[in-house]
Amino acid sequence: MILKFEKRGGEMERLNPRTLTEMAEKIAPSLAVRFSDEVKPGEPAEQYHLLVCGAPGCHATRSLQVMERLRQEITLRNIREKALVVETGCNGFCAKGPVMTVYPGGVFYQYLRPDDAVEIIEEHILKGAPVERLMYKDQATGRPIPKMKDIPFFSLQKTIALRHRGLIDPEKIEDYIGRGGYQAAAKALTEMTPEDIIRELKASGLRGRGGAGFPTGMKWEFASKSEGPIKYVCCNADEGDPGAFMDRSVMEADPHAVLEGMIIAAKAIGAHHGYIYCRAEYPLALRRLSIAMDQAKALGLLGEDILRTGFHLDLEIYQGAGAFVCGEETALMTSIEGKRGIPRPRPPFPAQKGLWGKPTVLNNVETYANVPQIIANGGLWYASLGTEKSKGTKVFSLTGNVNNVGLVEVPMGTPLSTVVLEIGGGIKGGKKFKAAQLGGPSGGCIPAQHMDVGLDFESVTAAGAIMGSGGLIVMDEDACMVDVARFFMDFCKDESCGKCTPCREGTKRMLQVLERITKGHGKQGDIELLEELASFVKDASLCGLGQTAPNPVLSTLRYFRSEYEAHIGEQRCPAGVCTALVHYEIDPEKCKACGMCKKKCPVDAIEGAPKVVHKIIQEKCIRCGTCYEVCPKKFSAILRT
Amino acid sequence: MNQMKLRERLLEEFSQEDLERVGKIFERYRGKPGALIPVLEEVQAVTGYLPDLLQEWIAVGMNVPMARVFGVVTFYSFFSRVPKGRHQIKVCLGTACYVRGAGKILERLESELGVKEGSVTPDRKFSLQSLRCVGACVLAPVMMVGEDTYGQVQPEKVKEILATY
Repeated sequence: MILKFEKRGGEMERLNPRTLTEMAEKIAPSLAVRFSDEVKPGEPAEQYHLLVCGAPGCHATRSLQVMERLRQEITLRNIREKALVVETGCNGFCAKGPVMTVYPGGVFYQYLRPDDAVEIIEEHILKGAPVERLMYKDQATGRPIPKMKDIPFFSLQKTIALRHRGLIDPEKIEDYIGRGGYQAAAKALTEMTPEDIIRELKASGLRGRGGAGFPTGMKWEFASKSEGPIKYVCCNADEGDPGAFMDRSVMEADPHAVLEGMIIAAKAIGAHHGYIYCRAEYPLALRRLSIAMDQAKALGLLGEDILRTGFHLDLEIYQGAGAFVCGEETALMTSIEGKRGIPRPRPPFPAQKGLWGKPTVLNNVETYANVPQIIANGGLWYASLGTEKSKGTKVFSLTGNVNNVGLVEVPMGTPLSTVVLEIGGGIKGGKKFKAAQLGGPSGGCIPAQHMDVGLDFESVTAAGAIMGSGGLIVMDEDACMVDVARFFMDFCKDESCGKCTPCREGTKRMLQVLERITKGHGKQGDIELLEELASFVKDASLCGLGQTAPNPVLSTLRYFRSEYEAHIGEQRCPAGVCTALVHYEIDPEKCKACGMCKKKCPVDAIEGAPKVVHKIIQEKCIRCGTCYEVCPKKFSAILRT
Repeated sequence: MNQMKLRERLLEEFSQEDLERVGKIFERYRGKPGALIPVLEEVQAVTGYLPDLLQEWIAVGMNVPMARVFGVVTFYSFFSRVPKGRHQIKVCLGTACYVRGAGKILERLESELGVKEGSVTPDRKFSLQSLRCVGACVLAPVMMVGEDTYGQVQPEKVKEILATY
């Protein structure tokens, strides 16, 4: 049974705190199935909910087709009362996509193909016999692990910001309300003063999840104390760090949590207007946010007279136009004002003079998503998680050369090794862990010898990286750290807005030096020159982009200085990445003339024939490494030096 | 250039209906603070790109200085002053894609199409651009053709993918 909005005279009924609770109580039983662990083997349950992941990762591996087939098979067998297919937001275990969880029981299925629908419906839904073949397999034993909660990837996580991931339909406000949604907003609007809210936030120890880690309660207090009839509440959804998709997933999986957090913030500071600044690269997040806003408005949860308390808040979505620097708070506000997104010096801080010169609170998506939970459960509950100075949990997008790529939420202070090796399931292809890159272009690399570092603001900073927004990119032994540093510097040079000279010119000069090194033209003294430039750019830049741009260089120099020295002194790239410094040859002893390399070489630089040992024509070779990769392992005839 | 002449010149590139739709966008946003970026986004959705003449038209229509329009257009990577191909190819050069070989995908596309990143083939069939992270890091390396996303792309697959368009 799916409940519809209650309507009176064709109009949606605008909720008040009492009717909101009534509505939640009515909906909750229809969702109870999704929280039930109970299964009796061989005995089909009365009703099943099939929760299919509808995030872009799973979409690209055809989860929409899987859903369509499931629905077809259900209609065909006329069992629509028995099985409900729900498209949820990101489930988190992206590596196994398309994924689906079936409740009751929480059976997790992976790598689904549309054709698997028949077996799932026939066996699991109709006979109560889950399909083993499609389950997750234990990495060590190869045995299937049926329940999602028993899979290490999930069991080691603690979800607050992602508490609804894979469990609700983000396009249905009923699902959110049925899970207690908007109760925290109701509490904040009816029972709490702005001071109460701020006190609770301060007690929670919540710090900004966008990267800087500024205490949220203090930020709100400043804005609350700023005088003025007009104030703004803004949400930074301009998640620009390459390799980061936490905020996108939160918006796609649980958009109402973000809206509710913003309502609470607005009440705390006395704002009646707000913006969500979301990047254009996230069409699905933009769409789901806009659906959520329409639904919230229709029920009187946004706009005029919210929950009939007299409080009003208008929110607008502002679509970014592709500029990394707009993730910086003052640049973001300048962009909303319709100008080039250029930062300005602080003070004055946005809490005093922000958007259009008015007091403004700007928080990141993940920060807002935590707020309703803090108000509902109390600040002390939140503060019981995490470390002394970093409270609560943090969401990471775990990517790169790790087996279990996906979205991870863990208590602050969880060791990096737990995230990479246990949750992440170790390095792809049995290779060695080299470093984890945290914090995007402003961050740094944590090498293997510091793998036990706790992931919290203080420890990560001490290890030479930054927490950043939560992008965690795992690199294996094949990564060249000089090239990684060059990659990030190239990014910062491109994205530097050009306003201040240290950043505009400094990043460019640093890039030139790095390019020179990776091309084999490095000179003695280049490392020292990089260090000198780095300290200059760090100290003299206007905003966070420039102040942190040298971090990738400094952290790789700190831990992988010998790689720089090998590039400069010996003209050698130890990882074999920098094409100008590598050289490929075929070992005539080992070559079995299988022709694989000749066939795959993109520039026809390999000569040979069946039964004739192959040879690389060095003048033609572009050193792409294709031959090295395609040469069968048992021969390993390509030599890379 | 006066408005009549500007309009005539624009009609050489864009249809009458397109210009009317653009005019409606102006009406909807005129006088609204901070409207320039949404206006440019919507106009580009109609016309495909924002050549300098069209920017002049926008400056007049929105009553803002041309310098301001040009400044904004050139600042944000989402706006393009050159036409796009019928199929827009985007290669993600975000970190996750980069460490898994996206640079080689881009190189291969450049050699297959015979154009450099940031430009369009002479027949305007394909345009090629790189971008930083589409947030589909799990599929790295990723390329997009129009709305289609291709994950775990190998350089050898590039030719095959292009052939389907």
